[in-house]
Amino acid sequence: MYGLQMVRGLLVTLKNLTRKPFTVQYPEERLPQHPRFRGEEFVWYEERCTGCASCAKYCPLGIIKIVTSPSGTAVPQGDKYRLEVFDIEIARCMFCGLCVEACPYDALFMGSGFEQGRYSRRDLVIPIQQLRESDKRPSTWFRPQLEEAKYNPHLGQPVDWKQAGRESWRWHQREKAGLRLDSHPADSNVPDETEKPTQANALPEGPVQGAR
Amino acid sequence: MSCRLAADNVLYGNPLFRWVYDLAGSALPCWLAYIIAGLVVMFIVVNGVLAGTAVLTWAERKLLGRFQNRVGPNRWGPFGLLQPMADLVKLLTKENLTPKGADRLVFNLVPILMMMPTLLVVAVVPFAMNTAVADLSIGVLYILAVSSLTILAIFMAGWSSNNRFALFGAARGVAVLVSYEVPVVLSLLGVVMVAGSMSLSGVVEAQAVPFLLVQPIALFVFAAGTSAELNRTPFDVAEGESEIVAGYHIEYSGIKFAIIQASEFGGTITASAVIVTLFLAGWQGPLASYLGWLWFLLKLGLVLFLFVWVRATYPRLRTDQIMAFSWKFLLSISLINLLATSLEIYWLRGAERALTTGDLWIMALMNLAIAAACLLVAGRLSQAKVRRVRPPLPVAASGTAAREAR
Repeated sequence: MYGLQMVRGLLVTLKNLTRKPFTVQYPEERLPQHPRFRGEEFVWYEERCTGCASCAKYCPLGIIKIVTSPSGTAVPQGDKYRLEVFDIEIARCMFCGLCVEACPYDALFMGSGFEQGRYSRRDLVIPIQQLRESDKRPSTWFRPQLEEAKYNPHLGQPVDWKQAGRESWRWHQREKAGLRLDSHPADSNVPDETEKPTQANALPEGPVQGAR
Repeated sequence: MSCRLAADNVLYGNPLFRWVYDLAGSALPCWLAYIIAGLVVMFIVVNGVLAGTAVLTWAERKLLGRFQNRVGPNRWGPFGLLQPMADLVKLLTKENLTPKGADRLVFNLVPILMMMPTLLVVAVVPFAMNTAVADLSIGVLYILAVSSLTILAIFMAGWSSNNRFALFGAARGVAVLVSYEVPVVLSLLGVVMVAGSMSLSGVVEAQAVPFLLVQPIALFVFAAGTSAELNRTPFDVAEGESEIVAGYHIEYSGIKFAIIQASEFGGTITASAVIVTLFLAGWQGPLASYLGWLWFLLKLGLVLFLFVWVRATYPRLRTDQIMAFSWKFLLSISLINLLATSLEIYWLRGAERALTTGDLWIMALMNLAIAAACLLVAGRLSQAKVRRVRPPLPVAASGTAAREAR
């Protein structure tokens, strides 16, 4: 019969009319995001950073600029270098995460955001002040210690620098101050030097708050 | 100074007009009272159509969204109801461009000419008992005459824009419009014959049985023809985003574009109103003398939903397919309908030269059977034209066998 398939086509669309829309109303609704998402606004812990500039060297695009100067004060406490400039030119960043992989002391983490749209290209540089003040909710990408703690940056609390590393923060403090190279552990004022940098010591302050 | 409207005046049947005329006529000269009363009625009708247009743009986008499993406009107001306002403000703030080398007078005249037929058609549509602005005795003819003015406006737009895409779109649109006029006129002939009147209120009163049942072929032909004349899918070749961008209104922007769009949506409303009046018994229904407008609006909503449904379902046809559909299918079934209807009326009408309700039911059964037969025959004919895929040539098979043997 002529037109029978046309009526069948009409019924197909009518069936779709009764279905619920599958669209996500973005600003109000969001799809769940993986905790390992590599996003904008890097999480950087100044306490952990030695100023080695490994991240800048490994960056395939060369968009990280680091300028340090000798601090001259409180060298035993780990402040050998003062960071003056830490610019990440996010406009050209491709979020490969090699800077995070390169960081020897777990000072740099990927962020989880994707809503840093700007009107000008000049605003697409993350300066050091913004890195200092940024929300400390690191992505778990290339950070197994956070993954094992089942940390989710979208649900959990900000992570303190003492909890973020794969070693205990005391080991890290000494490491940063260069005491391991001194080979005079007896002289040090740090009490528990026998503590080994192992995976088991990750997040020694207990589970990360708000972890799920 | 007291004026009385003569009983033979075209507008005598409109109670609102008579009331305003008598009221104004008690203080003003008669000609001024006539103009004032006319303006009052016009104001109400025109703004009613425009408000309906605004609602339709929202409803169509919302429904299309739901048909496509989306949400549709939902940013402005509850359920996005203020979306037409936002669209209007956006279009009003756009620059009003006139292309270089355009025929300015014709170019600027087009939006008015597009809007005019849409509003003129409403003048004869009774949306409740005794509410047609002018209950013309030749209402159906008037509708056909006025609605074909759109052809002129489309061709003027295409010609005056000094743009080849506009001219392409206009040529295609005019071809479609002219070829769909013929079956539409022939389908309405059947309706007029059964009703025995060309006045729209006469047709409504004649529908003891809705003409949806008495004239199913005419309804189909008229609905298909009007959707082609309104450039709605599946017959919207006059504008094609893939080939000729926006077609005949490609050069229009700002308020002129808004008027053209509004006239397209308003045309959908008026065409649906005509369908409701001619085929769905207009304002008739239970408690028609009080709730006639409600019945009319319900039926109008139903027809508009069908238009949106069809738009959401079918892809666009090619120009030659549209022409073939009109000349080969619609024209032939409308001729069959005309012949069948006239023979039925000749046999069934009694000595008083009128059809009773029983006669209408008999006609309905016969015409539904004829419609089914038409569809079956058309299906057989269209199937005969489909070429079967040939079986693979035996040469290839033997060649493979020979290669294997070697």
